[in-house]
Amino acid sequence: MSDDIWILGIIMTKFGKHPDKDVVDLASEAAMGALKDGGVTMKDMGILAAGNLMNASAGIGQQLQKQIGQTGIPVYNVANACATGATALRTAIMAVKSGEVDMGLAVGVEKLAGAGLLGAGGTPKSDKKEWAPSGRYGAVTSTDGRIGTASMPGVFAQVGMEYGHKYGGTSFELFAKIAEKNHAHSTLNPLAAYTKRMTLEEIMNDVMIAYPNTRSMCSANCDGAAAAVVVSGAKLRTMSLEQQRRAIKVKASVLTSDPYEEGCQVLPNVNTLTRNAAKQAYEQAGVGPQDLDLVELHDCFATAELVHYDNLMLCEEGGAADFFNSGATWRDGSMPVNVSGGLESKGHPIAATGIANIWEVCHHLRGEAGPRQIEGAKVGMAHVIGLGSACGLHILERSGL
Amino acid sequence: MANQIPLVDYLVLDEPAHLRAHECTSCGARFFDRRNACAGCSGTEFRMVDVTHDGILTSFSIVTFAAPGVPVPFVSGIVDCDGTSVRGNVINCEPSPEAVHLGMKVRLATYVLGTDDNGVEAIGFGFEPAN
Ligand SMILES: [Zn+2]
Repeated sequence: MSDDIWILGIIMTKFGKHPDKDVVDLASEAAMGALKDGGVTMKDMGILAAGNLMNASAGIGQQLQKQIGQTGIPVYNVANACATGATALRTAIMAVKSGEVDMGLAVGVEKLAGAGLLGAGGTPKSDKKEWAPSGRYGAVTSTDGRIGTASMPGVFAQVGMEYGHKYGGTSFELFAKIAEKNHAHSTLNPLAAYTKRMTLEEIMNDVMIAYPNTRSMCSANCDGAAAAVVVSGAKLRTMSLEQQRRAIKVKASVLTSDPYEEGCQVLPNVNTLTRNAAKQAYEQAGVGPQDLDLVELHDCFATAELVHYDNLMLCEEGGAADFFNSGATWRDGSMPVNVSGGLESKGHPIAATGIANIWEVCHHLRGEAGPRQIEGAKVGMAHVIGLGSACGLHILERSGL
Repeated sequence: MANQIPLVDYLVLDEPAHLRAHECTSCGARFFDRRNACAGCSGTEFRMVDVTHDGILTSFSIVTFAAPGVPVPFVSGIVDCDGTSVRGNVINCEPSPEAVHLGMKVRLATYVLGTDDNGVEAIGFGFEPAN
């Protein structure tokens, strides 16, 4: 067993439309960027973990090797819904932590621009001329839209509404104000897909997708990639002072799935697995929510951000609405959340998201975030949820050198 | 009822129509489709149980986009039927935030979804306001 784990190099590409770059180009840009950022090359890597959800069977890891270096190292192609990037990173971390390798590379890449709203459609299916039950529910026609919704905007709308039913304090306007915050934050992030400030009125009057989520309260589909180089503490101590100074300590790395609870197979429960991951992460890291200087959490929809304030224990149980209304989660508040602009404006190229949010936190911890720097940031958290479900959670700390 | 067929097999077209579930005999967890072992307790014995008609709407979304053939907007809802969570559309109710409320009392209702070339009606279900 080796000791501590560090992020040596990390980068995200510009999120948005990249019509003249394919998935391999984007993955290569991120991988080469992360290696350069860490002052190392493919020859130094002992393992590659790669995620690309939309073409999960295509072997993006090996395709990437053919583009930037076939060194014969083991490749783990991973897929874990929206937690794919975090899963790739965690795979590299586990390999280093096991002592099998002293350095590993994790890459997440996605091309989604123009894909429309995820899960909002489904296969067109006309009603049959003769009803014939099929599938495990014996359904005679498609049930999506006839027995509730399976679309992401609708599912996550219900997640937020359920919180409102349980604890009160929510409204269409409250959820819209969360999007207002994230769009305001995005104006300082040159790598975000959308960087336009939006008024509350514009957000509420935007096209309604699944009440209470309008279009500007939904994550933006776009292209992008992110990559990170993971190194063991022992190896890092043999490297240059500059590498050691910029390295970010992985204080906690956790992946959970959803444990059984009543109702969790009817409406996915994204709460308990996040809360479980947070408990484990705080314990691993030896820190509490009050020690976090910034949090990047999975705001795939404005309704989702609210419930995760509670799940990550950033506020008292049931107090997420009051917590948000206090202004705490704005970048000048006591607990800045999604200063990158979040998925609602930065964009959500699925497999890249779980590494890009780590990059955002590292960027601040290194003091390199320019105009959007959270001053004096020492400890930060990055959270993703993949519906189905998987939760990836990392707590990161600056080197202190 | 030879000329009717339910949209899904867990909708039973008796009088009155109702939903049924596979219930774990060890822990009481309920599933609308088959399980080899209980997701909650790993028990392997199940019995069929009827789900009560009456419930409380614990969450909803008014969805404006769907696959062709599905009328929009529709209200997707989660209903607590005396401890059993059920997914279904809120029907016989205007699909607007003014008409649909968290915590509203609802009850199971059925409707004709369509008729095939053999004259068989497919019967769907939803939850309608109970007052
Ligand atoms: Zn059981």
